[in-house]
Amino acid sequence: MCRLIAITSEDPLSPMTAIRALDVMKEGHDGSGVGLFLSDLGGPFQDLNGTPILSGIFTNAGMKRLDSYMMEVGFLTKYKISIKVPKTPPQGVPKRDMYLIRAYEYPEAWEGFREAEIQHRLMSIRLQLRRIGEEHEDMIVFSFWPDVIMIKEIGDPMAVAEYLQLDRPELQAGVMMAQGRQNTNYAINLYACHPFFIQGVATMTNGENTAFVPIREYLMSRGFPGYVGYQSDSEVFTHILHFMLTHLGLGIEAYKHVITPLQDEDLDHHPSGLFLKHLKHTCRRLIIDGPNCVIGSLPDRTLFLVQDRKKLRPGVIGGKPGLYAISSEMCGLDVAIPDRDKNADFQPMYLDTAYIRPDRQEVIICRQTEDLPLQH
Amino acid sequence: MSSDGRLAPSTLSIKDLPWQIHWDKERCTLCGRCTAVCPVNAIGIGVHRQRLVETTLGLTEPPSSVYGVYYSIQQRTDPAYACVGCAMCTLVCPNDCIIPLRSDEVDKLTYHINRGGQPRRRGGRRNVPGGVLDQIKFIRISMLTDPALDAGRHEFELRTLLGRILPPELNLELLRDEGWIPPVREIYPLMIGAMSFGALSPNMWEGLQMGVAYLNEELGMPVRMCTGEGGCPPRLLRSRFLKYVILQIASGYFGWDEIIRAIPEMKEDPCAVEIKYGQGAKPGDGGLLMWYKVSELIAAIRGVPQGVSLPSPPTHQTKYSIEESVAKMIQSMYMAWSFRVPVYPKISGTTTALAVLNNLTRNPYAAALAIDGEDGGTGAAYNVSMNHMGHPIASNIRDCYLNLVKLGKQNEIPLFAGGGVGKSGNLAANAAALIMLGARGVQIGRYIMQAAAGCLGSESDRCNICNIGICPKGITSQDPRLDRRLDPEQVAERVVDVFLSFDIELKKILAPLGRSTSLPIGMSDAIGINDQAAAERLEIKYVV
Repeated sequence: MCRLIAITSEDPLSPMTAIRALDVMKEGHDGSGVGLFLSDLGGPFQDLNGTPILSGIFTNAGMKRLDSYMMEVGFLTKYKISIKVPKTPPQGVPKRDMYLIRAYEYPEAWEGFREAEIQHRLMSIRLQLRRIGEEHEDMIVFSFWPDVIMIKEIGDPMAVAEYLQLDRPELQAGVMMAQGRQNTNYAINLYACHPFFIQGVATMTNGENTAFVPIREYLMSRGFPGYVGYQSDSEVFTHILHFMLTHLGLGIEAYKHVITPLQDEDLDHHPSGLFLKHLKHTCRRLIIDGPNCVIGSLPDRTLFLVQDRKKLRPGVIGGKPGLYAISSEMCGLDVAIPDRDKNADFQPMYLDTAYIRPDRQEVIICRQTEDLPLQH
Repeated sequence: MSSDGRLAPSTLSIKDLPWQIHWDKERCTLCGRCTAVCPVNAIGIGVHRQRLVETTLGLTEPPSSVYGVYYSIQQRTDPAYACVGCAMCTLVCPNDCIIPLRSDEVDKLTYHINRGGQPRRRGGRRNVPGGVLDQIKFIRISMLTDPALDAGRHEFELRTLLGRILPPELNLELLRDEGWIPPVREIYPLMIGAMSFGALSPNMWEGLQMGVAYLNEELGMPVRMCTGEGGCPPRLLRSRFLKYVILQIASGYFGWDEIIRAIPEMKEDPCAVEIKYGQGAKPGDGGLLMWYKVSELIAAIRGVPQGVSLPSPPTHQTKYSIEESVAKMIQSMYMAWSFRVPVYPKISGTTTALAVLNNLTRNPYAAALAIDGEDGGTGAAYNVSMNHMGHPIASNIRDCYLNLVKLGKQNEIPLFAGGGVGKSGNLAANAAALIMLGARGVQIGRYIMQAAAGCLGSESDRCNICNIGICPKGITSQDPRLDRRLDPEQVAERVVDVFLSFDIELKKILAPLGRSTSLPIGMSDAIGINDQAAAERLEIKYVV
């Protein structure tokens, strides 16, 4: 079972905070991968004014291919972190030519584009790079989005972090999510490594989703080009959330109602029963199954934690104003925020959605049986 | 017949018949129950002359021959009276001395059941046992990485939706703007399919209805039952139980005069309206209720004269195209209940199902598509239709589902599968397999007759005389002397038993797959089959 940690902090922190938390949860991951999502970036990335950042792993040939492609679409490098790694990687970590974190200037031709158009184009470029990379096996692209950095690699999280020198001062983030992977059903593939990302939405999961195939079929048939991949059954959680936020215009409080709707008898007495019944019927193919704990980050940097209907996976949320964390194990939370009020730690049950707004002042709990707030 | 006598072409011996009556003279008391109960008069009392050798004691008198008489239970060989193997004789015999046994070779009767140029008609279903559904295994067992669920103690949501579902974006918009949203029913995924009041005896029908009502009202299982094409008893139309009923309209429109008249007095809307365009047992052929069964009661409910055969046309006579069938008929049926009742067509399994489906996807009123495969049962049909016409349900449903996936409409139009579900007794396994192939629910007919009322029919051509109203169990007859053998209360109890046990078995399949929050429609990664060609065709795993 994978181990998860998500931290949201007023003062940007080094990703090592998350890695150290993963390290104490070590018995739960097997070195088959570590994934890191950073947002609300500090350091030099803070002043980039919403320019998109490309994160990925490249061979030397892939770098050349990337450069010529980006030139072609009119992107110019604005800032980059060059990660120079030691010649010999730690045991279990493959040898790579280049880990890339690079911010680009938008092409001039994009000026005047609407927000939605820009977002769509950014995603299309990421998908195109991914396709080219898969074809030539020389590029792995995790994200291409403003204020987002993603790093994924096979190996023990601490060893990888030291190898990549993630404690460097340029890397600071107010929101971070990290997963130590326990590979289960599928071959070790970096695209199967959590967190998953699409247009500002990121989630990671510990568990299995036995309803994966019908959900994948449903998402892929939405006609939205970003709903591809699915090397992991957990990637659908990200896309379901994205679908709900962007296509349906609903808030995080509705997420549980989509993935694990209430039973009919409960809906009959629910203050938002009519709406929720329609939501349940129309989003029926997005109902998940199997034990899961989903931790995610929204485009506005809200962090959240939900459990599936069966509550068979651990997940705890706690912290103090200005600094909160969500962890799959209590010991991870202890390392991330040792000086919190532990009595206020909360382990959501099958009806709860726990989230921390970007102001980081409190943990908000909403129960599925409560009235659903007005839709966005 | 003497050895120099003449034979007619259809003169058969007992050996030529499919069923041979084995009778034990030693144990028989000649009580006559067997001959009285036999639905086809296949047996009668035989009076035989018998020569006996009489010997006396001593040496003076020589042995002599005497002629005596003995009585037997004799099997008739006239094709019109051939034993159907129902074994009612065995059931009633107090001494267990009589039983029909299956012939050791293919019978010769089959060449002669067409006297007067009338081909064989019968009830039942395709005379081929087994099928691909029985071969499908559930192979994705949750082990360690995701714990299996507890079928006995976990919370399960075994419900499905009948009705057109709009895309979520559109539905929520219409909800906000108070626009019309198609009606949707949450129902149990196992439905009792169309069997008409007329095809079934009044006692059987009443028993099924009572069982369904009990399941709904006492056990909270939203089981639905379709009327078939035969109308609906007036009291039921005006009762609150109508909401558990799917009214069927077919090409004969039998009973719809009564239904339309009852609309203003209905306390509840029916669950749905099913428009029958085809039936798996006799695809492309109309319904058939033979004159034997058109009793006074049936005639009254259907609005027809008594004692005449009621063949429905193969097609709805007023429709000449799919657009008309779909648009005109579905929408006008919607209008009857002010757009509050889902209306969907039922067709027989066919390679043209995709064409029908594609048309339905373009019509927001089409509430579902029910497909009845080649193994569907019937009360009466031509033997040739039953045995040779039609499309297997598994690949038909799979094709339709995958087509909906391609269109992105897999949540919008429910597919219901029927035809041979539970044919070999594996009801839950067959139903679960169809659901994982893409069906949103399954319909049963023959199975519930077998399980809830003791129907004797089989795919080895046993009994299958539903068409002529002499069902020895009183299930499909319209003769009160036969119907009374069946107690509606007991049928209702058995219906409840069947659904409760099905529910447990379904959970026993779903729990190990790790599914409980929703019905695993289209969960094709969970199933496999030990037949490479079938696996490729159904796009599921081939397992050996």
